[in-house]
Order: sequence, then C-alpha cells, then structure tokens
Amino acid sequence: MKTDRAKLLQTMLTIRRFEEKAAEMYARGKIHGFLHLYIGQEAVATGAIAALHDDDYLVTHYREHGHALARGLDPNRVMAELFGKATGVTGGRGGSMHLFDVAKSFMGGYAIVAGHMPLACGLALAEQYKGTDRIAVNFIGDGAVNEGEFHEALNLASVWKLPVLFIVENNLYGMGTDIRRVSAVTEIYKRAEAYAMHAVQVDGMDVNAMFDATARIAERVRSGGGPAFLEAICYRFRGHSMSDPEFYRHKDEVEHWRRLDPIARLKSQMLSDGALSDEEFDRMQQTAEEIASEAARFAEESPEPALETLHDHVYKERA
Amino acid sequence: MAVVTYREALRQALRYQLQNDERVFLMGEDIGAYGGSYAVTKGFLEEFGDKRVKDTPIAESVVVGAGIGAAMAGLKPMVELMTINFSLLAIDQIVNNASKLHYMSNGQVNVPIVIRMAGGAGSQLGAQHSHSLESWFAHVPGIKVVVPATPYDAKGLLMTAFDDENPVIFIEHTALYASKGEVPEEAYRVPFGKAELHREGRDVTLIGYSGSVHQASRAAEDLAKEGIEAEVLNLRTLRPLDVDGILASVRKTHRAIIVEDDWKFGGFAGEIAAIVQEQAFDDLDAPVMRCSGHDIPMPYSGKLEQAALPQEHEIVELAKSLV
Ligand SMILES: Cc1ncc(C[n+]2csc(CCOP(=O)(O)OP(=O)(O)O)c2C)c(N)n1
Repeated sequence: MKTDRAKLLQTMLTIRRFEEKAAEMYARGKIHGFLHLYIGQEAVATGAIAALHDDDYLVTHYREHGHALARGLDPNRVMAELFGKATGVTGGRGGSMHLFDVAKSFMGGYAIVAGHMPLACGLALAEQYKGTDRIAVNFIGDGAVNEGEFHEALNLASVWKLPVLFIVENNLYGMGTDIRRVSAVTEIYKRAEAYAMHAVQVDGMDVNAMFDATARIAERVRSGGGPAFLEAICYRFRGHSMSDPEFYRHKDEVEHWRRLDPIARLKSQMLSDGALSDEEFDRMQQTAEEIASEAARFAEESPEPALETLHDHVYKERA
Repeated sequence: MAVVTYREALRQALRYQLQNDERVFLMGEDIGAYGGSYAVTKGFLEEFGDKRVKDTPIAESVVVGAGIGAAMAGLKPMVELMTINFSLLAIDQIVNNASKLHYMSNGQVNVPIVIRMAGGAGSQLGAQHSHSLESWFAHVPGIKVVVPATPYDAKGLLMTAFDDENPVIFIEHTALYASKGEVPEEAYRVPFGKAELHREGRDVTLIGYSGSVHQASRAAEDLAKEGIEAEVLNLRTLRPLDVDGILASVRKTHRAIIVEDDWKFGGFAGEIAAIVQEQAFDDLDAPVMRCSGHDIPMPYSGKLEQAALPQEHEIVELAKSLV
C-alpha cells in the first residue's frame, strides 16, 4: 500500500478545522455536554485509518471525531450529532462521545474507559468465526491501560488469536493526570508484550509513520498472525475537554509538542519535496474551511429530534 | 410428555439452538471440558467442538463484552456466567453496553445475546455465592430478565430468549436444577411478559417467580386446608413484566402478597407493590404485602440460611392476616 500524502494532509486539515469549528459552536452554546477535542492527535487516526480496509471495524473511545471523519463519516451528520439534531449520525441520541455509522463499519465511540475493548474482541471473534479477513481496530487512550478490562481483553485476544489491532493513543495524560504518576510501566507496548502480543511503538505525531506502521501490523493481523498492539506517542494541544482549565501542564511542554504539529510537519516535508505548493496548501485549507462551515450550517438548520421518538430503540422489535 | 429435570430442559433448548442455527455458539468458564458448573453443557464440547463451545478465561467482563461484540457482528452468542454473583464483574458490559447500544446507535446495532447465570440460595454456599440480584438487572431498560420456575418454563423461555433480538439475562435457580416436570420433546416457545396462572384461587394472590413460585404453591396448599383459596402467579419474566396479569388477579382476589428471595429493601417486590397500588388501588381490600429475604448477607449455616429466606409459614400467616 502506498500513501497518498495529499489525501492524508487534507484529512488532517479537515479534522483540525472541523474541531476548531466545534469549539466555536460550543462557546456559542450550540453544543452542550462534554466535547473532547482531538487537536494535535490528527496524525494517529488519519494515518492508521487510511492504512485499513474500509470494512475493518473501528471501535473507538470518546475522543472520536477524528476517527469518524478519517473513516469518511459525513461531516454534516457528525456535526449535527454534536448539536443533538435529528440529522446526526445517531439522530441526536449519542452525542459527541457516541458516534456510530454501522454502514461504514464505525461501531461506535464509547465513554467508559476501557469498556469498549471487550467489544472489539467480540467483533474480531465473529469475523474469525465466519472466516472473513476483516479485522477489528480498537482505539484507546493511555488512561485505559490500568483498567481490568484492558488486561482481560489483551489476554483473551492473545489466547484466542483474535484478529484485533489495539491502537493506544498515548498522549501522556489521562484527563489531568500525567501517566508517569499513575502507571507502573509507562512504555505501554511492553504491557502488550507481557500478553505474548506483537507490539510496537510509533511516533504518533508523524502521519507517514502511523500509516506505514499500521499497514504493516494490520496485514499481520489480517493474515492470521493474531492480535497486535500499536502504541502511538502523541499529544493533545487542548485541554481534556472544553471545561478543562488546564492547570496541570507546563507551558514549555505544550510549546515543545506544538512544534511537532503533525500538519505543519507533513506540509513542510511536502513543500521541500516539491510535492506541494503554497497555493495548493491554501486550497486545501479552503476546502477544510468549507467542510467545517457547511457542517455547522447544516447542523444549525437541522431539526431537533421529535419527542415522539423518545422511547424508540430501547428494544429491537422483530422485523 | 416426558418428565425431565430443569437442567435437562435447559440442555434440550441449547442443543436445539446449536443444531439449528450456525450463528449460535456458547462460551463461559468451564462450560466445555468440565461440562459446566451445573452440568448444563456437559458433553457439548465433544458433540459440537470448540468453535461452538468455548472455554474462557476467568474474566467475566471480557467474556460478556466479547459476546456483545460478536452479537453486534451478527452472531448469536450464549454466555454462561457461573453465578449471578460473578455477573457483577461484568456489570459494566451488561449495563453500559448491552442494554444501551441499540438506543445510543439510534437502532443501528442490536445485541442478540443470551447471558445465563445461576441465582438463588439454599445450598449453604455463603454470602458471595447465594444472592438474588435479578432486581438489579430488571431495573435496567434495554435488557430482558427471565426467571424460569419449572422445567417447562426453562426450555420454552430459553428457546424464546434465542429468538429475541435483544440482550436477555436468563437467571436459573441453583436449587431447581434437579427439580422435575413435564416437558415436550419438540421445540416450543414460552412468550416473554406473560405470567402463568400456576394455581387458581379467589381469596389472595401470591405472586412469585423462580424458586418462590414453589414456596407460594406449598403455602397455598396449607392455606387450602384452612379454607383460604390462594391464587399463585408465576411471573416467568421480570422484564417485560405481565402487569395486566398481575392486575387481573388482584382485581379478582383483592389481596396480594409478593414472595421473593431478594432483599426486601429496594427489591423487586417493592416495584410490583407500587404498580398494584398505582393501578388497582380501588380494588384492594388490604395493603399489598411482601414476603422477602432478610436484609443481610447470606449466612453459611444451613439453619441461618433458611431463616434468612422467605418461609412458607410466613406466607401462610401473612395471608391469614389479610383475609
Ligand atoms: C471507567 C471510567 N472511569 C473514569 C472515567 C472518567 N474519564 C473520562 S476520560 C478520562 C481520562 C482518560 O484518559 P485517556 O484514556 O488517556 O484518554 P485521553 O483523554 O487522553 O484521550 C477519565 C478518567 C470514565 N469515563 N470511565
């Protein structure tokens, strides 16, 4: 598989702009509840998801707008979901933390830390059972690794050789807590090795590295090599959520990581390769801007869910 | 009709499912080589192989969660948890995932999983193996809670559980596995949400489920000797609950006692009592009463354990005080 760097750059720009727009909408009171922005981590979802098959399952944590957009969910419907509108990807039932689009094998964003890991094992189990070459890809944060379900899931995946790829986005913080203060082993991939699982660490601020590592490791999983584990070292530029006053990180640290911005990095690489011109970049930014603005307009003009639907979908009725 | 045990009735339903639906597979701790803690799946591993009958690690959360994931991907898993007490290690998966995914996804996914577990006391297993926590699950919308009392119920309800497109918590009573009753050999379904009129009467309704149906029946026999005709209702499922059946019986007898092993404080009997007073207050000739387990962790001593559970003579005395 070969990377299409222009496409990766466009996806990252779109995620970035979409999220800035979401933050704006949050400040204007259009979006409520929790809003966890992915800004800074775009390379992880973008690189990884580009390297997968379109029907590989994605099971992600609650910071999942980037994964949803990278998988190709309709930005209008994602934004509408943040607004809680009827046109949202789950009709306003899920919100920011629970995006679903089963037609795109996007099996949900989940807000119980590590609680979605067993589901990824089960999706993988089902495909193994059916004999397909579809794999399940499970995104988690570094905060998940001290939960019991992390260990249960890694063990089960390993003993049953499930076609599941765990991707931990190690952004060094779980909410406001530095991983070094709460994790006995901070090199997370080593924990996976303890479960006899193929595990690698990769620079999650480098979208090319993400793409290459994922392509390689996903192929291994797909061809029956058992589960695998990818630790992406990354950083979120914003607070944990919109309500985070961010007292816990030193300015110098944030500055250091901002200099590793994955978008700026790919841009300058492509400029110096001659693969991109300034005008082309401007056009890409313009495209991102249009997508984000159109999404906000669509969300704003969309209707609220009908109150008569309040009790729909508690149980599945027989067809 | 053949007379078989509750255990055998469950086996018949599971075997039927394995034989007739490729999507069905079983997983759980010790269900394969060991044959299941209560021997329900004995011999299945040999008969169906380890693709269909999976021994799992002792890791309730991931086992239930993997079942949910497999159900989301179109399979029909049956997960066995050794006892309801251990379901608490999987409660995150049941309450935060299984019950909510259909709603959260706006109907895009559903979770047709059957989670079997043994509940109830009476075998002197101590406080961490002997509780009746079904009301905890019945509290949660999005799942169904099944509590079979007889072998006939056990087979017919388990068949229905596999037909259902939703997560079903199927709670078997440890003291009933060896109990016997008539069970048709062929496949049949007992519908959810429809109570069985276990015994007809006119003076008081005894409402029970699972093991307490049998206690209520024995109490009804004692009451009959004293000229009091008690009606016994076997709920069969707590969610959905046969509210109409409960109200119809109460409107006939004008008195109700709910019998359950569960703790009284915050237990399921309180829910039924509230429903009856909300919807049939004018038909009542006496307050709705509860005959529940004591509010204590289950003691080990056989004598204490029995004393902690509802007693037949208590049901009889309560009924006499109402009539
Ligand atoms: C089981 C559980 N405990 C606590 C929380 C509250 N909580 C939400 S996000 C979060 C931090 C998670 O950090 P991490 O997994 O590293 O993800 P990140 O926010 O860095 O993307 C916590 C503690 C939760 N959602 N679930």
